[in-house]
Amino acid sequence: MEIQERIRKVIDENSVMLFMKGSPDFPQCGFSGRVVQILEACDAKFGSADVLMDPELREGIKAYSNWPTIPQLYIQGELIGGSDIVMEMHENGELKKKIDALDG
Amino acid sequence: MIEQRLRSALSVDSIEIVDESHLHVGHPGAASGGGHFQVTIVADNFDGLSTLARHRLIYDALGDAMQTEIHALSIKAFDSGGN
Repeated sequence: MEIQERIRKVIDENSVMLFMKGSPDFPQCGFSGRVVQILEACDAKFGSADVLMDPELREGIKAYSNWPTIPQLYIQGELIGGSDIVMEMHENGELKKKIDALDG
Repeated sequence: MIEQRLRSALSVDSIEIVDESHLHVGHPGAASGGGHFQVTIVADNFDGLSTLARHRLIYDALGDAMQTEIHALSIKAFDSGGN
């Protein structure tokens, strides 16, 4: 399967999807780790993919949304942003609202 | 370099860049050698834009440097009104 198609599929299948460096248990980057902590604080069920394990994914995800950095968080197919934006939305409560709305 | 590119692409009121690369020496994600920077920027271009759109303007202005010199960029972007 072509990489862009693979990315679309995994984003479709996970209403909250995080592309990160490392795994949620062992983040390999402080920014990725911060997003994991925030998602856990919001009680979010989320899928994750480790771009360090997959060079094709690492380049592909940057092209997918024309967004040059990792981590990238998607909710219901929409790019939310990287760690600065996730942090901001956590602090102002928007992120929790979005996540809670998914279960309702 | 970062400041130059941002100033030429955006109408910047103020900009401050902190090189935090030394905080990340030796961590696995930094193996590619790019630097870690924190930029605080105030520009008219951000008026009325979401944070996501502001970050996009910055990434676009930095262009290929995002793939080479810059490994990680932490952004605080304010519009001319300070929002």
